[in-house]
Amino acid sequence: MQQNTSSEPIVSLRDVQKSFGPLKVLDGVSFAVDRGEVLAIIGRSGSGKSTALRCIDRFEKVDGGEIMVCGHRVDRPDVDLRALRQDVGIVFQSYNLFPHLTIEQNITLAPCAVKKMATGQAKELARKVLAQVGLEEKLHAYPEQLSGGQQQRAAIARSLAMQPKVMLFDEVTSALDPELTGEVLKVIEQLAADGMTMVMVTHEMGFAKSIADRIVFMHRGKVHESGPASILTSPTTPELRQFVGTGNLKS
Amino acid sequence: MGIQLDFPAVLERWPSFLGGAALTLELAALATMFGALLGTLAAVGRGTHNALIAGACKVYVETIRNTPLLVQIFLVYFGLASLGLKFSAFTVAVAALTINVGAYTAEIMRAGFEAIPRGQIEAAEGLALSRVQIYWHIILLPAVERVYPALTSQFVLLMLASSVCSQISAEELTAIANYIQSDTYRAFETYIIVAVLYVILSLVMRAGFWGLGLVLFPRRRRLGTPL
Repeated sequence: MQQNTSSEPIVSLRDVQKSFGPLKVLDGVSFAVDRGEVLAIIGRSGSGKSTALRCIDRFEKVDGGEIMVCGHRVDRPDVDLRALRQDVGIVFQSYNLFPHLTIEQNITLAPCAVKKMATGQAKELARKVLAQVGLEEKLHAYPEQLSGGQQQRAAIARSLAMQPKVMLFDEVTSALDPELTGEVLKVIEQLAADGMTMVMVTHEMGFAKSIADRIVFMHRGKVHESGPASILTSPTTPELRQFVGTGNLKS
Repeated sequence: MGIQLDFPAVLERWPSFLGGAALTLELAALATMFGALLGTLAAVGRGTHNALIAGACKVYVETIRNTPLLVQIFLVYFGLASLGLKFSAFTVAVAALTINVGAYTAEIMRAGFEAIPRGQIEAAEGLALSRVQIYWHIILLPAVERVYPALTSQFVLLMLASSVCSQISAEELTAIANYIQSDTYRAFETYIIVAVLYVILSLVMRAGFWGLGLVLFPRRRRLGTPL
C-alpha cells in the first residue's frame, strides 16, 4: 500500500503545543511513527491523547511545534488539507457512518467524489474492503440495521477504501460492549499484520500491549513515558505504574 | 328567506375555473422550485464565516418574515415598474412569491442543517471531501428529510397565499373567480367552487410531495424509521 520507500517517519510531532482557552492540553508533545509501525497512545481522560491524535489529521490546529505527516507540514496554515486527508484515514469513537446512505454508498462516496474513481470500480473496491472486515453481506444494508461493532467495522472499511498511508483510531471501541469490542479489535489486528501504519488512542490496555510496537503514555499534556509494549508491565514512572495498576491491564 | 344557490349558472364557466386552477398550480410550482433553491442558498449563506454574506442573508430573511405578503407583491410590482422594467403580472407574482417563500425556506433549512451531527461532517472531512461535496452528499438530503413536513406545509401555504396575487391581476384561480362573479353576479357560488378547488389543489400538492419523498428518501421508504 505504501509507495514511499524513504526511511522518514510517516508521522512525526515535535514539541507540539495546544491550548483550549487557558487550558494547556498539549505541552510540548513529541513522538514519531515509522512505516508499518503501530503506536498506541494511552493515558487518563484529559491527558491530551485524543487531541494529539486529532492534530495529526488537523482536526485541531496547533499553537506551536511541528507536525509532519506523509510529507505534509500539518502545522502550517497553508497545508493542503484534502491531500493530507487522502493520505490519512481516521476512525472515530462514534462510527459516524452517513445514516442516509447504504454501507456500499458510504464506502464508494469518497473514492468516487474525491479520487474520481469509476462507479463499477468503486463498488468492486467496496466489496473488497468489506470482505476485509468480514461484512460482505451488509453491502446493501443501512447503518442503523447494523450492530455497533458492525458499524465500526464498516467505518474502518470506509476509511480503508481511500487507501490511506496511515490510519488513526480514536477510542474506536469505547462505545462498544466487550463482545463487540473483540470483533473490532480483531479487524485492527489483521490490519497490523498486513503492515498498516497505525496510531491509536485506546483504553484497551491488554490490546495495546499485544498489538502495539510502541506505547506513548500521556500525562498532563506531555509524553510522560514511552517505549516498547513492555513498559506496561514494568513502568519506570510512578504515574504509569499507578495508571496500569488501577485495574487497566486486563488481558 | 333561505339561501338560493344557482350553481349551474356558475358551473357553465368550468373551463375558466379549471384554467385558473392550473395557473395557480403553475404559479405555486414555479415559486416553490425557485424559492426552495433561494432559501437553501440563503440558509447556507447564513452559516458561512463570511460576515457580509451571513449578514445579508439574515437581513433578507428577517425583512421578508416581518412584512405582509401583499406589501411584498406591491413592492416588486411597482418597484420593477418604476425601474422601467416591464413584466407580466404572472412573472411578477412568481418573483414575489419566490422571494417570500425563500425566506421561510431558509429558516426551515437552517434548522435542518443544524440538526446534522458534527461527527458526520468530521467524518466527511476526514475522507477528504470538499466543502461543496459535504453539503451536497452529507448535509443536504438528511437535512431536507428531517424538516420535510415543515417544508412541504410551507409550500402548500404558499400555494394558498398566492390568491393574494389577484390584487395585481395576475392570472390565477382567485383572479379568474373575481372576474366570473362580477360577470354572473353569483359571488357565493363562485367562491364555494373556488374553495373546493383550493382544497383539491392542496391535496394534489400533498400527494405530490409524498411521492417526491419516496424518491428522495430511499432509506425511509425501505426502513420506515426517522433519521
